[in-house]
Amino acid sequence: MKFTLSWLKDHLETDATLEEICERLTAIGLEVEDVDDKSAYKPFVIAKVLSAEKHPEADRLKVLMVDAGPEVNGGKPLQIVCGAPNARAGLVGALARPGTYVPGIDVTLAVGKIRGVESHGMMCSEKELDISEDHNGIIDLPADAPVGQSFASYAGLDDPVIEINLTPNRPDCTSIYGIARDLAASGLGTLKPKAKPSFTTQGETSIGITLDLDDERLCPAFGLRLVRGVKNGPSPVWMQQRLKAIGLRPINALVDVTNYMTFDQGRPMHVFDAAKVKGDLTVRRAKDGETLLALDQREYKLGPNNVVIADENGVESIGGIMGGEHSGCDENTTDVLIESALWDPINIAKSGRALGIITDARYRFERGVDPQYMQPGLDRTTELVLELCGGTPAEAKIVGYKGFEPKVVDFPFSEVKRLTGLEVSTQESRTILTRLGFTVEGEGERVSVKVPSWRPDVDGKADLVEEVMRIYGVDQIKPEPIEKLSAVNGRILTTLQVRTRTAKRSLAARGMLEAVTWSFISEEQAKLFGGGSAALKLANPIAADMSDMRPSLLPGLLTAAQRNADKGYGDVAIFEVSGTYETDTPEGQRRVAGGVRRGTASIHGAGRLWSNNAKGGGKPVDVFDAKADALAVVEACGLPMSNVQVEQGAPSWYHPGRSGTIKMGPKVVLGYFGEFHPKTLAALDVSGALCGFEVYLDAMPDPKKKATRTKPGLDLSALQAVKRDFAFVVGSDVEAGAIVKAALTADRKLITGVNVFDVFEGASLGEGKKSVAIEVVIQPVERTLTDEDFEALTGKIVANVQKATGGTLRG
Amino acid sequence: MSDLENLKTSLLAEIGAAGDEAAIEAVRVGALGKKGSVSELLKTLGTMTPEERQTRGAAINALKNEVTEAINARKTVLKDAAIEARLKAETVDVSLPVRSSPAERGRIHPISQIIDEITAVFADMGFSIAEGPDIETDYYNFTALNFPEGHPAREMHDTFFFQPDEKGERKVLRTHTSPVQVRTMEAQDPPIRIVIPGKTYRQDSDATHSPMFHQVEGLVVDKKSHVGHMRWILEEFCKAFFEVPSVTMRFRPSFFPFTEPSFEVDIQCDRSGPIVKFGEGNDWMEILGCGMVHPNVLRSGGLDPDEYQGFAWGMGLDRIAMLKYGMPDLRDFFNADVRWMNHYGFRPLDMPTLFGGLSQ
Repeated sequence: MKFTLSWLKDHLETDATLEEICERLTAIGLEVEDVDDKSAYKPFVIAKVLSAEKHPEADRLKVLMVDAGPEVNGGKPLQIVCGAPNARAGLVGALARPGTYVPGIDVTLAVGKIRGVESHGMMCSEKELDISEDHNGIIDLPADAPVGQSFASYAGLDDPVIEINLTPNRPDCTSIYGIARDLAASGLGTLKPKAKPSFTTQGETSIGITLDLDDERLCPAFGLRLVRGVKNGPSPVWMQQRLKAIGLRPINALVDVTNYMTFDQGRPMHVFDAAKVKGDLTVRRAKDGETLLALDQREYKLGPNNVVIADENGVESIGGIMGGEHSGCDENTTDVLIESALWDPINIAKSGRALGIITDARYRFERGVDPQYMQPGLDRTTELVLELCGGTPAEAKIVGYKGFEPKVVDFPFSEVKRLTGLEVSTQESRTILTRLGFTVEGEGERVSVKVPSWRPDVDGKADLVEEVMRIYGVDQIKPEPIEKLSAVNGRILTTLQVRTRTAKRSLAARGMLEAVTWSFISEEQAKLFGGGSAALKLANPIAADMSDMRPSLLPGLLTAAQRNADKGYGDVAIFEVSGTYETDTPEGQRRVAGGVRRGTASIHGAGRLWSNNAKGGGKPVDVFDAKADALAVVEACGLPMSNVQVEQGAPSWYHPGRSGTIKMGPKVVLGYFGEFHPKTLAALDVSGALCGFEVYLDAMPDPKKKATRTKPGLDLSALQAVKRDFAFVVGSDVEAGAIVKAALTADRKLITGVNVFDVFEGASLGEGKKSVAIEVVIQPVERTLTDEDFEALTGKIVANVQKATGGTLRG
Repeated sequence: MSDLENLKTSLLAEIGAAGDEAAIEAVRVGALGKKGSVSELLKTLGTMTPEERQTRGAAINALKNEVTEAINARKTVLKDAAIEARLKAETVDVSLPVRSSPAERGRIHPISQIIDEITAVFADMGFSIAEGPDIETDYYNFTALNFPEGHPAREMHDTFFFQPDEKGERKVLRTHTSPVQVRTMEAQDPPIRIVIPGKTYRQDSDATHSPMFHQVEGLVVDKKSHVGHMRWILEEFCKAFFEVPSVTMRFRPSFFPFTEPSFEVDIQCDRSGPIVKFGEGNDWMEILGCGMVHPNVLRSGGLDPDEYQGFAWGMGLDRIAMLKYGMPDLRDFFNADVRWMNHYGFRPLDMPTLFGGLSQ
């Protein structure tokens, strides 16, 4: 919402400076977005060309001697080189002297020498002053324009323009009058009363109006007045200047009056050329397929959701949004129909949005136009038309208007303190509300407050508190500490929140970089990873490849790894801990830790480093890198690792032989890891050595509640632990895990650990065989073990492994 | 006596000439071994007269001591030399590179770090962290938050919609974290003090808008919290979060459907340089929106607005991350470019705490 200072002062009697006004506007909730104080125009003065001689060295240039009054150059004429075709002796125009910033050409002038002749300034065109696109010549003012005076004040360009960022709840401040009312209420001046329009009507508005609507809210009331014998032409300069200052293009007096009313009073008006309206007017829903060539010269296809004003010709105007070209007013208009109506805000918003029309009328109607001002607005517009165009007004025709019933709010003044902490006396609160136009009825602490017709946003007590508070001054509210709920706060994070945080930090501590990728991916990618259901498809995606809620973090991470590789960073280890979506319900949103390693980006670091020779880095990542990452998350989240099992195989997007499933018990799937299926990688258009994992943090059972923080006692044996190595020959398909388990269970007391340290396959073992070497850690408990003890234990281990896997001790 | 002198001279010469530990051992055996030259002399002590023992005997003992000492001294020298030689042989080029620690190489995304920073501050003020689903019903995202059907404010949200279900209801991607306000009020009795960080979505994309972004929201509901308390919390938060000794904040009346009264809050800062500085300067920058919870929202949460009251605030997580740490473009947050993550990310062990500081 834009307005000029002088326009505001039409309604507000005040001595406040521009700066004070702007500060106050922001303080009462009308945030000033931009102020143009027009100081840029100050240096330009009106000057008269005394003589214009041809430049001695250039045919197209002239050397002017210019008089800019007694204040400039000690009253002596200035020499200026000028190329304008209309430069001539006797011309009065706008002068810029050296040092002046010329906005239209973005240049600060200096004394120049043009082809050997000094130039002490510039006579400006309208374009150079940024007031229009006209650059055919320099500004040519009437001969009586006062030489030496400010050009800006002469041309009305010195009126500061203020733009406020209006919140959608304040229809009352879509008018300059309303803004003045708010400022006056805040004590910055006095609101000037609206003058009662006075004119005499003659005859009746002889056109019938029918509201043919299934829902009367669509157009609760419609007012129309015929003015005969008007003379339409350009509106007066003062009106044009104001409209131009706020960015509107003057058209003709009748149209300009409606625009003026829109901003001055927040009352959008429409004018029809009565000669072009055929028969009576009907307000109705448009029929499917009806069209209108509107005032913006575009043709709109209408339908039943658009409420229109039609005559026998068809649709003449889209109610409350935009008029039609056919019945518009031009310089030939002699009889004008002035319309002032009320429209349904919701329908206007929907209709305007569907048609893609943004107008000052729609802006106001969708926020809510003062119903009580419908008829006064029609009268005020009539008065302006009479002033500007003459003519004879007829009696207005008002249809549907049922009067205005104000909302009443039962308001205890104590609400102000309860909600804001402000101590405002009841008298002060009462005064503020009254100044804003509310009617306060009753005495004492609890009153009835009638809401004025221009404030549809005010519904209840809290709204009134806001009114009192913003006018009294938000800066009066002092910060007040909140009470501490406890001296030392306890834990505040849920287990899932703690695990989310732990998963992130433990993966980052494994050298991985945390990414945040899009929650939506392409349908094709979603389907590859088990997603793509209709319920998880966006109806209005921002791009075709961001259409489906992701079923997995992996497609985002895999494609991100490839993007980095394409930029020359092929060894990347990235992870994300975030949501995936199985259904559209809250329960269907999973919390997943997922990661991808590419190239040589193992935990040891990527690439060929000298120390790789000893430390085993530099080789492509594989399933075991992903397994280590996945198990690290599980372990960091505090799950008992002795209950965690790893099974061969994972969902279809993984490599079937190089992937695994992490489970807890037979049912709970904690996650998957592995290398990827070549078809998945091809479909994603990614390549290279890749492995990845996903761990479902939300699937992890809550830790058991412990009665005490004390850890179980520790029995530190004084006896030396012993290690024994075994190698078993087993079938190639036997899992090493089964051998480990069998060895561990041979003696649960003495055997404290079993580690696989070698797996060997070779011709010497025979077809379909492999050798698995394990190291068994034996911790004697009561006494040092004898050779016989070891023999017995070894026998048990071998027997157990044989029983479980069919393996035999390698000879 | 000259035989002893001669022996001594020749033995000391041999000791001095011994080049390694084996050579000195040979000398020792030759002199002090069972059949060594000095040992042989010592054997003669038993046959001596007391007088002889006093003179020649003492001389032989002195010779033995002197030779033993010389051998030991030489042994030490040779041992040291041997160690020296070994050390020299073992010398490597320490300028050769080593692997960095994975914990130093990994990075936490700024969003996660900022959430931890915010958690640290608000945990100290007695808040917990609440979360909610990204896919929301129209009810929780709008209606329960007092966005009337058809209200222009609803349209300002540029909502992502899902396809309507058989009942014609269509779910949305939440446009703000505020649905969690009502979900929390439904699930928990006051007093409520929660902070809600999370992903939010709007159909918008440029340098400062992304179709996916993050918000953090706060909610206090009890029987007495008012705008003054809200001011205090927000000022204390901004001081702690931006790690400056003081901030000046400006509360402007504004409008949000779910609060009444509503405010936009500006923070005083210096924007003259490439990086915004808080706690100094003469510019204002809008940083958050807030207000007293609208009576209709309290009702949606099953609370009587005449009995309960409270306030809520919300701000862009990505935006305050950008303000604090200087990332120029929001879209980079979601690009997973390793150069960006390395540069703007945080080391996993740099955990924001109040006792160690939010940032290093």
